[in-house]
Amino acid sequence: MLKINNLKVSVDGKEILKGVDLSINEGEVVALMGPNGSGKSSLASAIIGNPKYEVESGKILFKDENLLTMTPDERANKGIYMAFQYPVAISGVTVREMLLTALRAKNKEIVVSALDLKNAVEKEAEKLHINRELLSRGLNEGFSGGEKKKMEILQMRVLKPRLLILDEIDSGLDIDALATIAKNVAEMVKEMKMGVLVITHYQRVLSYLAPDKVAVMKDGLIVEQGGSEVVDRLEESGYQSFE
Amino acid sequence: MRYAKKEIIPEVSIDESYKLSGRDDIAYAYKGERGLDEKVIRDISAMKKEPEWMLKKRLEAYKVYLSKPVPTWGGDMSPIHFEDIYYYLKPAVTEKKSWDDVPASVKETFEKIGVPQAEREMLAGVKGQYDSEVVYGSLKKTLAKKGVLFLSMDEALKQYPEIVKKYFGTIVPVGDNKLAALNTAVWSGGSFVYVPAGVDVGLPLQAYFRINSESAGQFERTLIIAEEGANVHYIEGCSAPSFSSASLHAAVVEVIVKKNAKVAYTTVQNWYKNIYNLVTKRAWVEEKGGMRWIDGNLGSALTMKYPSCILAGEGATASMLSIAWAGKDQHQDTGAKMIHLAPNTTSQIISKSISKNGGRATYRGMVQINKGAVGARSKVVCDALILDDKSRSDTYPVNKISEEDVILEHEAVVSRVSEEQLLYLMSRGLPEHEAEAMVVNGFLEPVMKEVPMEYAVEMNRLVELEMEGSVG
Repeated sequence: MLKINNLKVSVDGKEILKGVDLSINEGEVVALMGPNGSGKSSLASAIIGNPKYEVESGKILFKDENLLTMTPDERANKGIYMAFQYPVAISGVTVREMLLTALRAKNKEIVVSALDLKNAVEKEAEKLHINRELLSRGLNEGFSGGEKKKMEILQMRVLKPRLLILDEIDSGLDIDALATIAKNVAEMVKEMKMGVLVITHYQRVLSYLAPDKVAVMKDGLIVEQGGSEVVDRLEESGYQSFE
Repeated sequence: MRYAKKEIIPEVSIDESYKLSGRDDIAYAYKGERGLDEKVIRDISAMKKEPEWMLKKRLEAYKVYLSKPVPTWGGDMSPIHFEDIYYYLKPAVTEKKSWDDVPASVKETFEKIGVPQAEREMLAGVKGQYDSEVVYGSLKKTLAKKGVLFLSMDEALKQYPEIVKKYFGTIVPVGDNKLAALNTAVWSGGSFVYVPAGVDVGLPLQAYFRINSESAGQFERTLIIAEEGANVHYIEGCSAPSFSSASLHAAVVEVIVKKNAKVAYTTVQNWYKNIYNLVTKRAWVEEKGGMRWIDGNLGSALTMKYPSCILAGEGATASMLSIAWAGKDQHQDTGAKMIHLAPNTTSQIISKSISKNGGRATYRGMVQINKGAVGARSKVVCDALILDDKSRSDTYPVNKISEEDVILEHEAVVSRVSEEQLLYLMSRGLPEHEAEAMVVNGFLEPVMKEVPMEYAVEMNRLVELEMEGSVG
């Protein structure tokens, strides 16, 4: 579904990704691990089309379509969704208003009913143990770290992407919240064969969301790919073992 | 630079079709006459068959107008050529114009907002009034039963001269400022609202549903009186662009809020972009009375408007909620003044401005708390959102506090739509312009939620049109 080939990306003229190869299939959970500054989040930014990340060469194909010529919204409407590590606040805009606009931008032919959406949002909020009061506040405005992360997952549940990128989802989350989020993600993998790229520094999240494949990134390159045994190796000897 | 009168205004001559009170002869006297002198004022007053006191007031105001210099603070008024203005010909102009003369950009905006044709013609100044008898008929009867008076100022002066005389010019006196003096000298049109004690008008009174009214006037004069315990919401203007042949609009609004009365005054100003809109609005609020100004300023070349409240009675409350949009070649110099004269009075100013494409938005406000206004409280929030590097925002707050036992809060935030916000919303599937519009709408939300819903919807739509750059 997602195929990344020899991807080189720079920020402000500095090369961050130095030829990354990675693929994710439908219904597959891929963990991307690596120390801070290895380029994990840069890869995520390049996939969603953050203009600060300049693609120097290489390819990103999504269902055989070239993502690199698409704007972030076009990519989103193809089914790519990222749960941000630090979601930005949008004052005065509720999650419902945002999702309604997003859904209407995506499906121009189908009329999305505001009432249906309201019900869907409330249902998901309940499943994620999100306080209803947050639904009528400005998006992410004054939310705690955990509330923001849950709200990212709520949006994902409503938008139903084909590929989900979780960028350091476990940072600032307690165990219960992490378990809830993992459960809601796993459901989507099972029910609609959503692919997931789990970007993480720590192993913790992977005990809740079992990866089919694990890739390790260092200095802008994938230095190791394998099954869950890679996680075990990291557990024992840390990132030094991938020198 | 001359403002672009020629480009957008069809050549209009006052000919034999000019009718006013059936007195064609007087109308002829104005043919081709620009500028202002005492004779023009005497003629205006004579044509309107006004009482002697009103003529005196006009002449007195004219002297003040002459004696005061054009203000040099605020916006740039130098493009206004006072000597080139027709001070009293609008009825002829509006009748003479045809739909074909209305600029295409204005027509397009009507299309986009979905204004009905009859209303479009009224708004564009093609038709003198909107045939709203059907909509308005039953409301008028209900109002009449309650003793509510709602008519044009010209009519009010004829029918209720004693009430007009009692209140006219008491809140905005003749000598207040140059533009208000000009208005007093040459005023025409505007609304008169009188609500008897204890009457709650219920439905908002809308200026464009007023029978026998002219379309928005150049020198409108509005007077609203709410007697003890009365309650009324008056809505002025509308969200479609008001096309006008006049390039200077200097209106005066006076509101009197008596004990325990409540008045709300909503304005949605979307003047065509050649207009200089210089308005004096002021309310006098007595014991436990409440005044609320809601003000949306989207159009005009320059708007200078600082609605004021004089909190004269103990426990009086006042609020001002405003949004301003300054696009290309526009300067919105707006704000509010709250003057606390009595104890335990409360005021609130929430001002939100947006500037884009080189527009300039200025907040200019004053909170004055006089000695003796013990326990007065005031809160000022003025936020500016700047959408690009060409645009500008300034804030000039002034506080004059002469009493110690008071609470004054002031917040001012200048922000920009951040790259992060745009990326975040786009990554959810919103195209860039919708993402930007969403941030802007969110910014305006604290004011919009206070505005009557249909106006909020229209204002939001207008803001979106402005964002697309598709409004002329």
